[in-house]
Amino acid sequence: MSVSKLPGTKLSSKEMYSLPGLVESAPQAKYDFSAGPTISRFLQGLKEGKILGRKCPRCGRVYVPPRDYCEYCHVALTNWVEVPDTGTVHTAVVSYISVRRERLEKPEVIGVIRLDVPGYPPNGYEFAGLFHRLCVPPEEAMSDEVIGMKVRARWKPKEQRTGSILDIECFEPVR
Amino acid sequence: MGMVTNLFVKDRVAIVGAGITTFMRRALETPRELAWEAARMALDQAGLTLKDVDCVVIGSAPDTFDGVHLKGEYLADGSGAIRKPMTRVYVGGGTGVFVPVSAWWHVASGLCETVLAVGEEKMSPAHPHPQYVFRYIWDPIIHRPLEPNLIWIFAMEMRRYMAKCGAKKEDIALVSVKNKRNALDNPAAQVAANITVDDVLKSETLVWPVQELDISPVTDGAAALVITSENVARQVTDSPVWIEGVGFTLDNQHWENRELAFPRYLNYAARMAYRMAGIERPWKEIDVAEPYDPFDYKELHHIEGLMLARPCEAWKLLKEGYFNRDGELPTSPSGGLLGVGNPIAAAGVMKVAELFWQLRYEAGKRQVKRPVHRAVANAWGDLMQAGTVIVLGN
Amino acid sequence: MTQGRTSTSSSTARRDLWEGIAITDEFAPEPIGGALRPTFTVPGDGLLGVAHAYMLIRSGLADVVAVEAHGKPSEIRTLQDVYYMAFDPLHVRPLPTGNPFFLAGLDAQAYMQRTGASREHLALVSVKNRSNGLKNERAPYSARLTVDDVLSAPYAVYPLTRYDIAGFSDASVTVVLASEEAARRFTDKVVWLDGIGFSTETGSGAVEWHAWGRMLSMRDAAFMAYKLAGLAGSPSESFDLAEVEDRFSFMELLSLEELMLAKEGEAHRLLEQGHFNLGGPLPVNPSGGSLAMGVHLEATGLARLLEAVLQLRGEAGPHQVKGARKAIVATWRGVPTYTSAVAVLSAG
Repeated sequence: MSVSKLPGTKLSSKEMYSLPGLVESAPQAKYDFSAGPTISRFLQGLKEGKILGRKCPRCGRVYVPPRDYCEYCHVALTNWVEVPDTGTVHTAVVSYISVRRERLEKPEVIGVIRLDVPGYPPNGYEFAGLFHRLCVPPEEAMSDEVIGMKVRARWKPKEQRTGSILDIECFEPVR
Repeated sequence: MGMVTNLFVKDRVAIVGAGITTFMRRALETPRELAWEAARMALDQAGLTLKDVDCVVIGSAPDTFDGVHLKGEYLADGSGAIRKPMTRVYVGGGTGVFVPVSAWWHVASGLCETVLAVGEEKMSPAHPHPQYVFRYIWDPIIHRPLEPNLIWIFAMEMRRYMAKCGAKKEDIALVSVKNKRNALDNPAAQVAANITVDDVLKSETLVWPVQELDISPVTDGAAALVITSENVARQVTDSPVWIEGVGFTLDNQHWENRELAFPRYLNYAARMAYRMAGIERPWKEIDVAEPYDPFDYKELHHIEGLMLARPCEAWKLLKEGYFNRDGELPTSPSGGLLGVGNPIAAAGVMKVAELFWQLRYEAGKRQVKRPVHRAVANAWGDLMQAGTVIVLGN
Repeated sequence: MTQGRTSTSSSTARRDLWEGIAITDEFAPEPIGGALRPTFTVPGDGLLGVAHAYMLIRSGLADVVAVEAHGKPSEIRTLQDVYYMAFDPLHVRPLPTGNPFFLAGLDAQAYMQRTGASREHLALVSVKNRSNGLKNERAPYSARLTVDDVLSAPYAVYPLTRYDIAGFSDASVTVVLASEEAARRFTDKVVWLDGIGFSTETGSGAVEWHAWGRMLSMRDAAFMAYKLAGLAGSPSESFDLAEVEDRFSFMELLSLEELMLAKEGEAHRLLEQGHFNLGGPLPVNPSGGSLAMGVHLEATGLARLLEAVLQLRGEAGPHQVKGARKAIVATWRGVPTYTSAVAVLSAG
């Protein structure tokens, strides 16, 4: 484009918040989310200390997190299977900031765990997996060795489990 | 995947004008005014007025940024949709490239002859920080309890790319360096700068391996395109830029079940677009590209998804200067999101606008050093799901 | 055309603030079989998704397109607040307007003044539709009402009482469109989408430009649809039934006039004469409309479309309009928008 000055007026933070006629609006947007029949069962399984997956009657693929229908066959999934709570680390990162972009006191280690669910080719594009915390110290999370490391779910004690993804505290290394 | 080449497209479809506002952290203008500025500029460049426009397509990502529900309706008059057919399209961050993609079928179907395609985003109203909006993109039941921050998912993908492809932080940081430097020649740029790899590596670590200078900023801005049939295009300009291929794919939302080192959703979308454009070897046939770069590693990821380099090879070519403005296959000559800014939906439109100017040799100081005939832009969106691709030619 | 069959799925009618998810498009592909395929979201009424499907097929990019829309208002705890978020934040939201549907009240007033329709006429629409709904298994708000019942209820927003306003319901509707050639592979009972139109009169940030008591976007959309359908005669003689916007009782009358199914200012007179009843010359909302079925947010337009399609296939059941061969569907996106869509259908 040939214009050197494009439309738009920049403001600094101070300027923006001292604009005349600045309107503040904080409407309430609250929702109830039903988990639906499938995830409800999954959460139930977590409460019982199990990771449940769902199997497609046509292609045999086991989905974790479970789904209502097979993505490929587009048929309703029916069978529930318990899957091992072990797997390998697909990726791991260390977070120093909170959801609000503030500095955390204690860094968090999270990642994706590829669960040991049969039926998926070992280096295939797809796998059954979970996104969760990893109980490894940050320095270890940043090392090359953590990728592919064997891990197992560390469950909260039975009384503390409520039927939530947090019933698993984290995935810890199998040493 | 069986995507058939359209045999019944009656007219070719061209872009004949583009407009863009300054990209800035906080704009005085309201969302409608931003949309209007960009739309007006695009119409002026095309030598057309609102009367000539038949239909309007609007792209804008989460309503929660601008703070207005049914944002498409809100932006309607600013985007020229007054007593006109208008729809809004939405594929998260992929929207920017999807806007001209869907404008394509408005014209190709014969329903509309001239379409005004507008992308707008105003992120500054979100308070205390726009990033908080991303708290609500996660599955509310099985992910949100972990209180994930948006950057987590990018960090996980970046880490996986590094682990699988052997790329190091200093290799990837070169994208930030390249793009921010390219942006110095872009009047719209918000964060153009002459930085070094060292600057990137010394910036604040947010979610390792992602550091502050690996990321594009929060931005207010708008961009617009005028898209018409061949009939109108030839009347208003000597150098229409043809939309030769469009592609889009949306993968499932279970990113925790996929190999994060390669964006297959983008690959599928790219194949769809290349097939339509008749391109068989994109790494040879594409002259310039604007791959979506909200994070530096993402540009490499997308270069590979677009088949402009083999999987895990992009970072090596980058080191050799292959993707520089004076390189073999310049990428993000505009300065990209990393250099110009990231007003989500408008950013993608900006990239398409850049290719429009490049293909007309109107990009001034940003013009790439080699002759250009075919170009490709992509945008990415949602939870590592949406791939949108457009192939342009002159 | 060729051997390759293209499927494109388009999922529509998800608006982040209806869902409570900041980018609802993320959850779009799977339910519709759209994962890893060309899928996208059209934030708007389901009929706008149908418009995109039409363009996709007409342009040759796709042979078969699935369009889905759903609404689950039951899960929105603060529905009124979410509506408020759609209002212009600078000029409208700060005003103490009490009920977001005040905009509909203003339009109703203006319509009544312009045409001479009375509150009784509006009530008659509600009575007719809720009664029609008794024959429709998908109508949770159907009821045996009298005009008196409607009028004696307290005002929700003047001049409308709660019976003039459709309640909310949860629903999901999917329609599959195909090119002529592809359609013949799937079914012998084809319903043709002869024409589709959509238009926006003005933005929600510029409601002062709206022509009060009119719905010009619907008229513009109707012209577009009629043109595509090659409609020759008068629209009022061209259809066997109409499924039109009625989330506010007056909207049914206004829609009929904007669609030119009744002359300006005549709709309420024809209504009085029973012209639009289930057994009358032009049944309007034989399904019971939104007043009986409820409003399912952006899925409402597709619900109207669904009902019309069932009628044209002879599968509507107890509320079947005999010999239905041509239908018209019209929808408005609701407060505070001025966007409408119209579809013209015929039995193949």
